[in-house]
Amino acid sequence: MEHGLQSCHTCGLLSHPAPGAQTGYCPRCDEELHFRKPESLQRTVAFLIAAMACYVPANLLPVMSSTSAAGTESDTILQGVVLLWSPTGWPLSLIVVIASIMIPSAKIAAMLYLVLTVKRGAPRNNAQRVKLYRMVEFIGRWSMVDVFVDTFTVALIQLQPLMVVEPGPGLLFFAAVVVLTMLAVESFDPRLLWDANSPESTVAQVQPQHA
Amino acid sequence: MDLASRAEPNARDGSSANSPWHHRHGVWNRPLTVPSLVACPDCDFLQRIPEVPTGAAVRCRQCGKGLWRHKTDSLNRTLALSIAALALFVIANSVPMLGVNAVGRESFTTVAGGTQQLWQDGEKIVAVLVFFAAILSPALQIGLLLLITLGCGRPRPPFWVGVLLRHVQFFRTWSMIEVMLLGVLVALTKIAEIATIIPGLALFSLFGLVMLLAAMDSCFDPREVWERIEWANHKPHPVATAPEVQP
Ligand SMILES: [Zn+2]
Ligand SMILES: [Zn+2]
Repeated sequence: MEHGLQSCHTCGLLSHPAPGAQTGYCPRCDEELHFRKPESLQRTVAFLIAAMACYVPANLLPVMSSTSAAGTESDTILQGVVLLWSPTGWPLSLIVVIASIMIPSAKIAAMLYLVLTVKRGAPRNNAQRVKLYRMVEFIGRWSMVDVFVDTFTVALIQLQPLMVVEPGPGLLFFAAVVVLTMLAVESFDPRLLWDANSPESTVAQVQPQHA
Repeated sequence: MDLASRAEPNARDGSSANSPWHHRHGVWNRPLTVPSLVACPDCDFLQRIPEVPTGAAVRCRQCGKGLWRHKTDSLNRTLALSIAALALFVIANSVPMLGVNAVGRESFTTVAGGTQQLWQDGEKIVAVLVFFAAILSPALQIGLLLLITLGCGRPRPPFWVGVLLRHVQFFRTWSMIEVMLLGVLVALTKIAEIATIIPGLALFSLFGLVMLLAAMDSCFDPREVWERIEWANHKPHPVATAPEVQP
């Protein structure tokens, strides 16, 4: 950006931006080009707030309820983990704890931290912060695991009249947390982490080289 | 710096240098004459990608982001792997994945059966999400790569190859077969305490599919495709035509 060039988000082609206020398109792949992802921080914050709002019901409402001769029993994510905790099942319940409880909250916290450092223009640790971003990006999809656990438990335990498992209202909120945090990560532009170092290199001051 | 002086002659690389190329919504940006020059997607550091031997990777000088890996026989291998992945995908979605047996009662499910049951139980949004992440995205990820590598078999890959390639990354992000497989294993351990599990052929196909998808991903080199395809602006490749003006 400080060289007045635009890099294509899709195909990586570097090009001279369109003159004036015209919208430039990538000559190779036809993508609309920007110096930075448009409204990156606003979108990221919006997705994070929505994710935090869903996080509470996701953990308080039951994700599954099972009906058997003994009655109906509803489980939240945490109760599901406790049920799974046994001499043989503990490695798997550890996976669920990490994927369903630790990863979503750590992801929200990490993204909030990154947004805040960009807003404040923190001058240090750029390499560490971009590594944190990549880790969040890489690990985020795994919190989806509980959605699949519940899906297939529900699909399999259809043993009328012995036992039937149904999805609970918490499942929708939990899936929403996973999707919203993934969208927050997608809309964040990691290049902003480096821009904070040189606040003078704003888009307005960039001169197209071929003008 | 050498890079900057190489990039400059672009302004004189033809008669149309001062008239912008008109795009239907705006204008097309003018490419550099040095295609090996890139800006890191994670930190915007401007650098040149060197020619490295096959197998070697190029990392960003400033932030360490992997920019490119020179892969051996990328297109042919990706083609072979995507054909195999397609075959396994079809098997994995057409035969039962799991069954349970409890007190003489049996129930079977497929991947699609899982989403269908959620839909019937009223969790329609989650059902759509599971369908998207476990069936639609993997299918498109495999299908698009198959078409791309087939299209690249031509001497000058047509532009539609690029249109498909633009969407591969999106479906790769949302294709979660490996996460689903872990979820299935956790569900199995849970259920094994109350019922007998009958693993189906689809379960083993899914294991194979996860391996193939990972291999497909590590063999595919999008940069090679981008360098070969016909450009969106229908202009000849600038590197092939622009005379290198030496001051
Ligand atoms: Zn492009
Ligand atoms: Zn970098």
